[in-house]
Amino acid sequence: MSTAVESTKEIAAVPSFTVTLFVRRFNPETDSEPKWQDFDVQVFGTDRVLDALHKIKWEQDGTLTFRRSCAHGVCGSDAMRINGRNRLACKTLIKDLDITQPIYVEPIKGLTVEKDLVVDMNPFYQAYKDVKPFLIASDKPEKERLQSPEDRARFDETTKCILCAACTSSCPVFWTDNQYFGPAAIVNAHRFIFDSRDEAAEVRLDILNDKEGVWRCRTTFNCTEACPRGIEVTKAIAEVKQAILRGKR
Amino acid sequence: MAVIIEQPDAPRSRKGAQWEKRAWIFMRISGVFLIFLIIGHLLVNLVLPERGVKAIDFAFVAGKWASPFWQVYDGLILWLALIHGTNGMRTLVNDYTERVWLRKALNTTLWVTAGLLILLGTLVITTFDPCIDPNVHTYLPDLVCKG
Repeated sequence: MSTAVESTKEIAAVPSFTVTLFVRRFNPETDSEPKWQDFDVQVFGTDRVLDALHKIKWEQDGTLTFRRSCAHGVCGSDAMRINGRNRLACKTLIKDLDITQPIYVEPIKGLTVEKDLVVDMNPFYQAYKDVKPFLIASDKPEKERLQSPEDRARFDETTKCILCAACTSSCPVFWTDNQYFGPAAIVNAHRFIFDSRDEAAEVRLDILNDKEGVWRCRTTFNCTEACPRGIEVTKAIAEVKQAILRGKR
Repeated sequence: MAVIIEQPDAPRSRKGAQWEKRAWIFMRISGVFLIFLIIGHLLVNLVLPERGVKAIDFAFVAGKWASPFWQVYDGLILWLALIHGTNGMRTLVNDYTERVWLRKALNTTLWVTAGLLILLGTLVITTFDPCIDPNVHTYLPDLVCKG
């Protein structure tokens, strides 16, 4: 009984503090330009930026619009620009940011803003579709296709992608030129190009050898820094470049 | 019943599809060459002569270009540096201009300028005549001037 009381006290002891969030708002029905709006939110040390956004939406302004599904860093819905860096709101603890200053939250760049923090993801998904992100094999197996652990490890890194668009929307080439496939599409091409069971590596390499393909990459490493899954995106792009130069995986 | 899925597109081999790849490879190779060429150029022109940059005059250039080695050397720097630099500028223009006409105008200006500079430079290197200096024999005693 006493331990239960103590643990309740401990939970209550989680420090709480007030932070100011500047959120980039845009309502296409009334605004011609996006504008900053500030909110003061009481949060706990265990809260994430997503929790603060929830508090704003539930307690202060129900019109605040943003995407989130799982809220635990798996679905990739809530990528946004927090203090100038692309992150997942659900994986960014507020206490890890500089809370003496306001926290700035904006939609990811390079994609058309539909409302507040929601952007049109269609160009992003189109680039993803263009690299044929599915296994292409000529045989019709009766059972599973076996693969050695070494062959599986070859593309392990790029299987982690959750298509949150943090990398693609951090890429300066993508900001001005939406024709570029972007890091995420190349990462997902990499996942199949280096899969020993796949037979269409050359088709994908040919697609990425395009004018708007891997050669537009300037190796600025923004994508690697932005990836919430820790994928070394620039390295994956470099491996695809090497594969194109060799003409095979 | 087995579902038969057709094979997606065979590799495309469109005209001009290899252009960006070649440009990318050129940038790497010319970059490596330029590092050594330019370090050598700076050493020979500025560091090794006793009076440094003040040593460079008509006689210095005439002395250098009397040798086919330095003609080829300087020609290589000229061609590689201009194409390398212009291609770098082209990628910047492609990255940062959104309007198609502006992109085309800037890229055309870049390549025309580079082409003119290469033409002019190559002409100077290949047709350079030290004999226009009446005192040429004081520093190039073996030179034979016509007329």
